[in-house]
Amino acid sequence: MIWQLEFIILLLVVVCAFAALKVRDLLGAAVLFSIYSFLMCLLWAIMGAVDVAFTEASVGAGVSTVFFVAAVFRTTRRSRD
Amino acid sequence: MKRLGLLAVILFGALLVYGTTDFPDWGDPSSPAATHLSPYYIQHSLHDTAVPNIVTAVLADYRGYDTMFETAVIFTAGLACLFLLRVFITPKETEASGLYRHRATGITLRIGQGGRLPLGTREFERIDSQWVPYDLIIRTACSLVLPFIQLFALYVVAHGHHSPGGGFQGGVIFGAALILFAISHNLRTTLKAMPEKRTNILTGTGVLIYVGTGVLCLLLGGQFLDYAALAGLLGVDPVMARSHGILIVEIGVAIAVMAVMVSLYYNLASAGHMDEGL
Repeated sequence: MIWQLEFIILLLVVVCAFAALKVRDLLGAAVLFSIYSFLMCLLWAIMGAVDVAFTEASVGAGVSTVFFVAAVFRTTRRSRD
Repeated sequence: MKRLGLLAVILFGALLVYGTTDFPDWGDPSSPAATHLSPYYIQHSLHDTAVPNIVTAVLADYRGYDTMFETAVIFTAGLACLFLLRVFITPKETEASGLYRHRATGITLRIGQGGRLPLGTREFERIDSQWVPYDLIIRTACSLVLPFIQLFALYVVAHGHHSPGGGFQGGVIFGAALILFAISHNLRTTLKAMPEKRTNILTGTGVLIYVGTGVLCLLLGGQFLDYAALAGLLGVDPVMARSHGILIVEIGVAIAVMAVMVSLYYNLASAGHMDEGL
């Protein structure tokens, strides 16, 4: 694997993590967290842990995002924090 | 307080990063795990269990005890969310707010408590308080892909022996298919197809299949979760019995995970009322 590409993905993971913490819109945070999970899934796949990548893609990027969106739908979209 | 928290996080984060410098390098062949444990699995797993995917063999056979409790953890987490979110007493306000829409004219009726529909339910349809218009494209597209997603989920469960996948992933994908159905249609339609009671029973069933397999091995004279003991029952040699035993517990895991995912979605999307939602 090209290390520059890995580095860019790792950098994006960190950026997404901070952005998900900082953003005021909780729906946006959920989407950012989904992106974070998907990039983590790419990293797992690069490292050869395909089973982990599969779990991350289905649980992290898929279902948990739906759960976050459902929770935002039932509560409030703006974060007061 | 916030600054103190940030300071603590930075301090312990730095400590954790410092701790990773003691780790063996990624893919280091001389690390303890690679010198003692991994070679055994790589050399013996196919011979022992007839499963080409070593990850599945380790997860469900050699480390089957861990996976059993992982399933129990998922079961407990689902149970905890159910107790936290589910509202067992329906408040009068939501009970009264049965909104019905006349199909032909689009007039919405609000049926109060103890009220009944004037013309029967065929002319009227129950709608959510935040009503979203019927969308043909979304419903048709989702209905079209749903069978394929479910088929793929079953494939992931059944083909975990040969390719990445297994009970957890397959169960999540199957649950995601049902959640997609709930999103594209509405929660009430999904609750009719997959009642809440059924998800709760299936959650327990999945864990019971796993534990039951272990107990069955025990009863047949083997050790707990030693699938080779099932050889006589399945009519195959002990090596294939371990392969089949893995499949049986994977199916148990898949059922439990699928049911927990759907139950979690129901509770989150309807805020525990099970009447209307996302």
